Amino acid sequence: MGKSIRIAYGEALNEIAEYNDKLVVCDADLGHATMTNIFAEKHPDRFFNFGIAECNLVAEATGMAHAGLVPFVSTFALFGAGRAYEIIRNSVCYVNANVKFALTHSGLCVGEDGGSHQAIEDLALMRVLPHMTILVPCDYEQTKKCVKAAAEIDGPVYIRVARPVVDEITTAETPFEVGKAQVMKDGTDVCLMATGLMVGTALKAAEMLEAEGISCAVINHHTIKPLDAEIVRKYHEKCKGIVACEEHSIYGGLGSAIAEVIAGVPGGKFAQVGVMDKFGKSGTPDALFEAYGLTAEHMVEEAKKFL
Amino acid sequence: MVLQEKAAELRGDIVKMIHAAGSGHPGGSLSVIDILVALYYNVMKVDPKNPHWEDRDRLVLSKGHACPALYAVLADKGYFPKEDLATLRKIDSHLQGHPDMKKTPGVDLNTGSLGQGVAVATGMAIAAKYLKKNYHVYAIVGDGEIQEGLVWEAAMAAAHYKLDNLTVILDHNGLQIDGTNDEVMSLGDPVEKYKAFGFECFTVNGHDIDAITKVCKTPVHGRPKFICAETIKGKGVSFMENNAGWHGKAPSAEEVAKALAELEVK
Repeated sequence: MGKSIRIAYGEALNEIAEYNDKLVVCDADLGHATMTNIFAEKHPDRFFNFGIAECNLVAEATGMAHAGLVPFVSTFALFGAGRAYEIIRNSVCYVNANVKFALTHSGLCVGEDGGSHQAIEDLALMRVLPHMTILVPCDYEQTKKCVKAAAEIDGPVYIRVARPVVDEITTAETPFEVGKAQVMKDGTDVCLMATGLMVGTALKAAEMLEAEGISCAVINHHTIKPLDAEIVRKYHEKCKGIVACEEHSIYGGLGSAIAEVIAGVPGGKFAQVGVMDKFGKSGTPDALFEAYGLTAEHMVEEAKKFL
Repeated sequence: MVLQEKAAELRGDIVKMIHAAGSGHPGGSLSVIDILVALYYNVMKVDPKNPHWEDRDRLVLSKGHACPALYAVLADKGYFPKEDLATLRKIDSHLQGHPDMKKTPGVDLNTGSLGQGVAVATGMAIAAKYLKKNYHVYAIVGDGEIQEGLVWEAAMAAAHYKLDNLTVILDHNGLQIDGTNDEVMSLGDPVEKYKAFGFECFTVNGHDIDAITKVCKTPVHGRPKFICAETIKGKGVSFMENNAGWHGKAPSAEEVAKALAELEVK
């Protein structure tokens, strides 16, 4: 039984509002899609709509942060991270302003709306900004933990909130620490390092590999920045190869971050499953994942090349 | 000292500091200085000994490239020693080429990427309303700057949220890097535009400190205020006046001497 990541976000906001009176939420006419409406209905005085004006959305939230508030900013990832990029750079990150971005509709899972609305480059854009922390939850419970952790960090945080309802692979009790990747399943032959929705897919790929007698570890990198470099080095040494799995361009996201850690290691063993250098298009999320190779079968294929 | 003399002295500081830096923006600094003098000496509630005082009025120099003018005022008010002005734009100086709120005492917002300052200032004013604080936010924009779409997104929000604790002041000197506003991208009538967006609008001589003070102190309720300050780029230094060439160029030693003589300051 799956649960919505976006609803987790809206519910987490309401939970934070109970104990943090500095929390305010800003949106750009997408509250019914980002699920900030869950918060707005309960706390209308703490919700600020800035209309369809994403650059201004980010700038206004920054002003609120400078007054001591903790603003969460939501819109679609492409318009928040893309259109408002330079405001995030110069007004927010440049001075470590305490603004939180929970941007939804990231990746191909946006589906039918097509390539113009599928952010496959948001992690790359956010990764190059000093001071930015980047979190990518894999399911409902982890989304709540990411949102709550973000509210406690003094500085900008980017949370990638995927659109779909997904299977629960963590529980309320699963430990969560920013910057510390999670071993979902241990193994010794190959290691799938995944983030976001690809964590669930990687677990399926691991099952397929194990059925063939191949021992496969699955690591959940819910924190893209700061990346848990220690676990990357550990599994790079321990296994015959690492496959980075992400619903993002192969340029600039998790795969690139892992490659930066193991660059220069003699006999580096690294492969990527991600969106090749092209834009998305319309289709159901599953059809798109199939078309772009974001499947368990593709992960298995890449992993086997190391054996 | 009367404030006109104060402004002349600060004009001297601007010219000297940009010369010492070897680069910077004298034209817009000289056009905005009287507005800053009016605000810091007559209007704003600030405490130089406590630059982060929560209830202070905020000044956002959205046209951040004119920061030599702001630095001259802040030094004179005692936020930091006047000698620091000679370190402008140099390595390890707290006086960056564009304002940095984390480095310079008294700078309320990092600005310089045009259009952003006034929008963040609007957010500061929304926060004041939300937190039931009485501070006022003053944002100074350049006329070239209002070609940025973000300026108008922020204006729409300021009216929507009825921000009578926000004043947007336009330093209307008519010139930008590539020439006059009309040659580059016509502004039309900024007063009519801000009026259409829902602001209470005023026009003032941007070099008349008393007049600027008066219009800043005129109360407005339920809507933001817009002041179109008519100014002269390079004001006070004859060879820089109304010359777009002095937008972003440092004066030579001889030019500094000539400017100081004209300003009758040392």
